[in-house]
Amino acid sequence: MLTCTSNSKRKAVVAVLEHASGDKRFKILETHMKRHQHKADALIEVLHKAQELFGFLDDGLMLFVAHHLKLPPSRVYGVATFYHFFTLKPKGAHTCVVCLGTACYVKGADQVLRAIEARAGIKAGDTTADKQFSLVTARCIGACGIAPAVVYDGTVTPRQTPEGALERVKGWCSHGH
Amino acid sequence: MDIKDLLALKEKELAARKPICIRCCTAAGCLSSRGEAVKERLERAVYDAGLGDQVEVRGVGCLRLCCQGPLVQVDPENLLYEKVTPEEAGSIVDALNGEKVMLSRVDPDNPFFTKQQSIVLANSGVVDPNRIESYVAADGYQALHQALHEMTPKLVVEEMLTSGLRGRGGAGYPTGLKWATVQKAAGAKKYVICNADEGDPGAFMDRSVLESDPHSVLEGMAIGAYAVGADQGYIYVRAEYPLAIARLQTAINQARRLGLMGSAIFESPFHFNVDLRIGAGAFVCGEETALMASVEGKRGTPRPRPPFPAESGLWNCPTLINNVETFANVAAILRRGGAWFAGIGTERSKGTKVFALAGKIKNTGLIEVPMGTPLRVIVEEMGGGAPDGALIKAVQTGGPSGGCIPAEHLDTPVDYDSLNKLGSIMGSGGMIVMDDSTRMVDVARFFMEFCMDESCGKCIPCRAGTVQIHDLLAKVLAGMATARDLVQLEELCDLVKNTSLCGLGQTAPNPVLSTLRFFRREYEELLLPDPFAVRPTVPEGQVSVEIR
Repeated sequence: MLTCTSNSKRKAVVAVLEHASGDKRFKILETHMKRHQHKADALIEVLHKAQELFGFLDDGLMLFVAHHLKLPPSRVYGVATFYHFFTLKPKGAHTCVVCLGTACYVKGADQVLRAIEARAGIKAGDTTADKQFSLVTARCIGACGIAPAVVYDGTVTPRQTPEGALERVKGWCSHGH
Repeated sequence: MDIKDLLALKEKELAARKPICIRCCTAAGCLSSRGEAVKERLERAVYDAGLGDQVEVRGVGCLRLCCQGPLVQVDPENLLYEKVTPEEAGSIVDALNGEKVMLSRVDPDNPFFTKQQSIVLANSGVVDPNRIESYVAADGYQALHQALHEMTPKLVVEEMLTSGLRGRGGAGYPTGLKWATVQKAAGAKKYVICNADEGDPGAFMDRSVLESDPHSVLEGMAIGAYAVGADQGYIYVRAEYPLAIARLQTAINQARRLGLMGSAIFESPFHFNVDLRIGAGAFVCGEETALMASVEGKRGTPRPRPPFPAESGLWNCPTLINNVETFANVAAILRRGGAWFAGIGTERSKGTKVFALAGKIKNTGLIEVPMGTPLRVIVEEMGGGAPDGALIKAVQTGGPSGGCIPAEHLDTPVDYDSLNKLGSIMGSGGMIVMDDSTRMVDVARFFMEFCMDESCGKCIPCRAGTVQIHDLLAKVLAGMATARDLVQLEELCDLVKNTSLCGLGQTAPNPVLSTLRFFRREYEELLLPDPFAVRPTVPEGQVSVEIR
């Protein structure tokens, strides 16, 4: 792959590979790729692992993956930007996912979202300036029986109201607004 | 492993059963209401009471009535406790000793339970999804043995044809026909894929099946693989379902350990492996060709059909692709015969269907009813109607690809053809009830926003059309639209429906078209008076000029 990339890209890959020697997480990612025999079709699995390890996918990380799976960087970038699950921006220390599935929507999830947006001073999909709090929406987390559902730092919480949600995120976005 | 070992395992598991069984729901809904803590408290309470050899506490899959979770069922008394908190969990054990306790219970004669008929969910809430032995005790993997040793692949397909099972992913293509096509397709390498990318907002049936009874899906896939001649399977699961992924992985590992997956299954020449593929949040990947692109590690964009996956699918090999619920039906059909299955349901829609009941309704949760059950029975009797005495206005089926069925059509039987006639679809089984406070134009806009965001961008009608339809709907909602905009909206819907490449675009206008059909008044009430329309003040008989 190195032969077909521009000089600057080549430098970037070399830099990543050098950097990789120092960071244990790259070692883990390499082992993961080896388990998939460096097959190109494991790209999505590898990106999942990379995001799990690093929190988000930056250019260097994507180049590293491209180099090891012998794929053009454009392909890795294309896949990473196609799927909503992958993020190219770092997330805040705390995350709040508001489900906007149909069941949650008809039960007032949009009001919950608006309340949190107003409190944190950010829009859905953004992170506060102090990197403490990220607000995300989901298409449906399949918790329709307990709608509206909100996920606070990985904990699914049933039957949310705007007031209850604000109570939960109070400590996380106090610096933001 | 052979059949003797399997039956021995079953006997061993049954012999280890204790007289009293406390089944504690550990599916995602109840877990989010502290179901895991309830289970731990129950275990401790049983231990403290010295009832360890009398009482078994079993973590099970979905007990259906999700809105009242966490649910705890006690056998053999058949008591179902609702909204159990960890603090009061101990008193369930006290109640076993005849103590009077103040715990809220669900009436087992509630139509929500009595009107159900379980095939797919037969093991849900009964077996422990984390233990393969529990599934084997419920006659698990016997159908696979029967297929491998008593039936030829052709016979298996014939049984599926007899059963009349149709694809449960939404489109309703006859499963037997699909299997027969893949079986006949030439190619040394074939694949089986289970579509568990349940993207419809408001649907959680597949999630519950995977979390409650993962082995039934694996067994169905293995039987399918034997019938079509495949040796590799993939399950494509959404990343949003971490619990389902974990339980599937456990199930796969356990099946491999017992030799029920891998090479020489049941000492036959058949070998079969299943790998998980985790989705990454793209609704379009529920479409089969897009899903296969995603399994190959590419962007999930669909491609034109034909060639159909049955002829040229994953890596251009013949591929059998079915939905979770379809595979979950297979083992039961083989065990009890295709004719038995064909005896349930209506003439053209056989068997049962699992629905996820949600929205403005009293009893939300998971139901499985025979095909042909009227919507009214589901919504009013089983669901208990809208809460707080509100009136039911419409029922939405099929998610963003389906439509809204108005209250006056509630007597429609639920089967593929009747729902199609109303401009909706069966879909994967999400059923969202809306009451009179729901604005239908807003609902149409909600779904169009969804399709607009989820369009993969490959074909123009879908990529540009959904944006334009969404903007028109927003214009209507803002009170800025005229009658002409409605005409344009209908034309645009027609265009997107007929010229899009894949199912996403072809069905995206359905929510708009069905709300326009049944709730046109709500659109019209929001319109501005048309400045170019004929003025109503012109007396009849006089010539009026209409400027167009």
